[in-house]
Order: sequence, then C-alpha cells, then structure tokens
Amino acid sequence: MNNVSIQHINKQYGEVIALKDITIEIKPGELFGLIGPDGAGKTTLFRILTTLILADSGTATVCGLDVVQGMKEIRKRVGYMPGRFSMYQDLTVEENLNFFATVFNTTVEENYDLIKDIYVQIEPFKKRRAGKLSGGMKQKLALCCALIHKPDILFLDEPTTGVDPVSRVEFWDMLDKLKAQGITIMVSTPYMDEASRCDWIALMKDGQCLTINTPDQIRKSFDKKLYAVRSENMYQLLQGLRQYPGTYSCYTFGDSNHLALKKGWEDISKVKDYLKEKGYTDVTIEPIEATIEDCFMNLGKEDQ
Amino acid sequence: MKQFLSFVRKEFYHIFRDVRTMMILLVMPVILIILFGFAITTEVTSVPFTVFDQSRDDVTEKITEQLNASEYFDLYDTAGSYEEIRLLFRKEKIKIAIIYPPQFASAYEPVIQILVDATDPNQATSLTQYATTIISSSPAIRVEATSLSRNPVLLPVTYLLYNPLMKGAYNFVPGVMGLILMLICALMTSVGIVREKETGTMEVLLVSPLKPIYIILAKGAPYLLLSMVNIASILLLSYYVLDVPIEGSVTLLFMLSIIYSIVSLSLGLLISTVADSQQSAMLISGMALMLPVMLLSDMLFPMESMPYILQLLSNIIPAKWYIMAVKDVMIKGLGTVAIMKELIILTVMAIVLIAISLKRFKIRLE
Repeated sequence: MNNVSIQHINKQYGEVIALKDITIEIKPGELFGLIGPDGAGKTTLFRILTTLILADSGTATVCGLDVVQGMKEIRKRVGYMPGRFSMYQDLTVEENLNFFATVFNTTVEENYDLIKDIYVQIEPFKKRRAGKLSGGMKQKLALCCALIHKPDILFLDEPTTGVDPVSRVEFWDMLDKLKAQGITIMVSTPYMDEASRCDWIALMKDGQCLTINTPDQIRKSFDKKLYAVRSENMYQLLQGLRQYPGTYSCYTFGDSNHLALKKGWEDISKVKDYLKEKGYTDVTIEPIEATIEDCFMNLGKEDQ
Repeated sequence: MKQFLSFVRKEFYHIFRDVRTMMILLVMPVILIILFGFAITTEVTSVPFTVFDQSRDDVTEKITEQLNASEYFDLYDTAGSYEEIRLLFRKEKIKIAIIYPPQFASAYEPVIQILVDATDPNQATSLTQYATTIISSSPAIRVEATSLSRNPVLLPVTYLLYNPLMKGAYNFVPGVMGLILMLICALMTSVGIVREKETGTMEVLLVSPLKPIYIILAKGAPYLLLSMVNIASILLLSYYVLDVPIEGSVTLLFMLSIIYSIVSLSLGLLISTVADSQQSAMLISGMALMLPVMLLSDMLFPMESMPYILQLLSNIIPAKWYIMAVKDVMIKGLGTVAIMKELIILTVMAIVLIAISLKRFKIRLE
C-alpha cells in the first residue's frame, strides 16, 4: 500500500501557523502536486510525512504506516529530495550516487533500470563534483539518489525551483515515466503552470489547503466570466480596471490583465465603453479559460 | 558494515578535498611543536645582566666571570651606582642585576643582592634561581670559604629529577598533544556534523535506513585515525628535533591517547547537538575547549599557584588528566599502574559523554 493519508494535521512554529487542519488523501500510483507560493507550508508538510518533524496534532500515514510509530520503516521505504540541493558538493556525481546507494543497502547496478533514463543524461559528467553541476543537472542527480533504492513513495520538495524552463519540462517528463513504474509521487512547486502535469493537486496558501481536486476540475470550478485585457500601458490599465464597479478581481498575468467580472455585470461591452470613456486606446479584450493561477487567486480572495 | 565503511570513505573525501581542513589537521601540530619548541620558550638563555661591584676583589670578579661564561647570562655592562642600574632596567637593557657590597671577600657573612625585573613573575623566579645556583656553586666562593677556614657554608645540593636540563619541551610536548587531540577530535567532529545539518545533507541521511549510531561513529572514526597520525608525528618531532626522550611504553602512550581522543570526540558530538552553524560550532569549541585546555591544564601556568576554585574546576578538564598521564609515561617512564587513576577518570568521562551525546543526538530535525 503505497498511499499517503493526512488527517487534520496542524503545525505551529511559535506564533506562526505553518499548517492548519490539512487533510489530504493520495492514492497509490498517483502524481500528486502541492501547489502554492513560498511560505504556504509545503516543506513543513513534506517534513512531517518524511518523519523529520512531528505535527502538533492530527495523524498521517505513509505506506500505511503511522509517521510517528512507523518512523524506521517509513525511512526505508520512501525517497526524499529536499528543497535545497542536498548532495555532497565536494563529491563527484558517481561518488554521491554510490554513497547513497550503500546508505540504502543497495547498489547502483541493482536498480540501474529505474534511474537509467535520468542517469544517462548526467553520466558524461560523472567525474565532476556535484557542486560544479548546473541547476538542472543537480536536480537530476538528486532525483537519481532519491530513487536509487526503488522507493514506494517519492517526496520531491520543489524539484524545479531555480531550474531553466527546458529542464523543468524534462523533469516532469521523467516524473511521468516514474509514475508509469507504479511509484507514488508527491511533488511541490510554486509554479502554477506545472499544476496541469499532476493527477491531483492541492492549492496551498498560508498553511491552508484552498482546494484539492484534479487540475481540470479546479479550472472548471471557476465560476466567473474571465477576460484577458491588453493595452499599451498595462499598469494604468490595471488601475483603471480595478476601479470599474463590475470588476470582481483583476491581476496581471504575463502580458495581459486577467479580469473577472461580478455576477450581473457580465456584459463585456460595458467594460469596453468604460475603458473608452477613461481614455484608454488600443485595448483588446478576449474571453479566456481560467488557468490554475486564476483559480488560486480567486480562491485566495474568497478565503479572505 | 558496508554502510559504515562507505560513510567513513566519504568522510575522508571531505577531509582530503578541503585544503583548509588538511592544513589544520596535518600542519598545525608541526607548527605548534616548532612554535613552542623554539619561539615561545620560558627557558633562560643569554639574558643581559649588569653588576654593581663595590668590592672589586678576586672573588667578585670570579663570580661575575662565572655568570658571564654561562650560557644563561651575558654581561651587558657594569654599573657604578644604583641609579645607573635603575636606568638600565628602565631602558630594558638588562633583566637582572648583581650587587656586591664593599669588602665582599673579607666580610664575615658576605651577602649578594640580586635585583630582577619582575614584570614577568615566572621569568623573574627562574632568573633568580639560575643566578643563585651559579653563584652558590661558584668555585670562587668555595675556595674562599676553605682558604679563610671559616665555618663551612651550608649549601644545599639540588638534583633535578626527570628533566635535569630544565627543558621547557618536557612540559609542553605533552601539553601540545593534549591540545592537538582536543582540537582535531572535538572541533573537526562538531564542525563536520554541523556542516551536514547546514547543507541539508543531514535531512537526507535521516530519511534513510542509516542508524544514527553509524552516522556518529563514521563521523568520528576518520578523526580518531588522523589524531593517531598526529600523535606519531608529534612524538617523532619532539624526539628527534627537540630531544625529548620517550622513557615509557609507546603502546601505553597510544592507548592513553585513544581514550582521550574518544573523550574529545564525544565532546565534539555534544557541541554539534547544540550548535546550529559551523561558525558557532567553531566558536564553542574554541572558547569552551581550547581555552580551558591552555589555561587550566598545567600547560602554560602552574596549577598550584591558581585560586582553589580554579584548581577544583580543572578537575573536570580531560586534558589535565591526559597531560598528567602523558608526562608520567613519557618523561618519567612510569607504567600502567602509575596512571591507573588518570585512565579510569578519562574512561568514565568518555562513557558519560558518549551517553549524553547519544541521547541528545536528534533523530528528527527539531
């Protein structure tokens, strides 16, 4: 049973609430994403699940084992890749891999088929010190080391943070392959655009779970009309749109402002008139589907 | 076992790939020995002195000659008055002055006055001792004493046991051994463990089947081995370069050093459970271990002249017992029985410290 079950977990550091009543179920073989900005409590949750810290209240099981009582057994069966690069910088790629293999009572050869796809990419640099690798290479090495003992569940804390866009896509492709081998994967990321690569996601903010569902369902649950509004002066446009009485919310996403309209104010022509009245030129407006980030902002606003 | 060996190999990679660590580990003992051996010496050699001879007879001249001829003193200049002597002292031209009263040779009870610069009390004491020894053993005094057929002067004859030449090296070589072992074992182990915490690798190690005791043992083992290498190099240096004899059994010396190293290792382990950064680990090791070893272990300052409270405090310092035992074995050539007390104290310290640090070693992050 390589599932994860989290029941009403709370964790507080002094005055700061790191996790507030978190309940999540992860089914075997699932690729589960924890999505949220820095400080959302993702790392704390990972540390509780990997038996590194204790929750203040609530229970959690990993592989069917309680995270407090089953500490020793869990530590044998999970692979964990912390958010910070945690390989030995002064050891070469090969030495790191061999070291972690022996730590887990196995050898590189024994589980080579599992890491082969990833390892071939860093193999040309196997004599290089880990500290001298590029960001993407470091993450691949760390993933190899976390996989070397064929874990039942893989915990990856922000594996794509600080990695270039191409390597990020590659990394997610690798996770898909691992999922195909039946490994349950729990991964966290602050990048909302990566959410769609997961089977299920939990949107987290300030230690709370805003919602848990499939990425598609979360997008569909966005219940307001959404438009992308562009113009020459984006910042002034944002201010103008926010002053419009029918605006529910308006945020800048890349090259456009995403405008969500209140119920009863859905007539977009009125927005056009309003903007014309205010003197904005070259305004283009098009209806769009909500992204995960829109949903996150929306849920975050509702929460407040 | 394979896990353990692989871990130890990894530790050696860390040590050998960091130039700074290597320097501390292998060059430091050599530098300390040479520094203490040649630069920081409390031995008396060629100390400038002056005489104010108000008698100017054969005897006083012979005594002055005797002092000047010795390797310990060099005549700077003769003085004509007390005022002149004071001037020389103030200009720091001399460290010691000898004053003969008028009619020294014919006086019934001749008295020599010795003035000494006591800004450094330890040096002043040894200067006076050296001067007194030379003067009282001077044949001039004896010849005069017999020729005038006075009552024979009662002269105590002093034999210096174990260290007839009063060499400082006999004292500081054991001291440096105590210092080096403490430095390597405690400082390097604590920094080594804290570094794993700092770089986040401890997080990965904890979430693995590796037993905490293996982590601890594997962290300590390389330093234990290296400190034995250092003990060997210190002993070789002091034997061949500083002419310090090794009277007792070398095996016993090493056995003693291993026990002391284990005490230091567990101290380092204890520090690593308190410190959260490499800097603080270094600071704590420096302040809490190095200073007491230097000050309270009889190495630089004699314990007997310290306040009672500090003497009591010195009992909990492992280095004190180690250095005492090393002196017994190395300089006096004593055997196991003679250092049994020290061996037992160090062993008990090791057991207690290991127990505390194992208990304190965190199997979780907080």
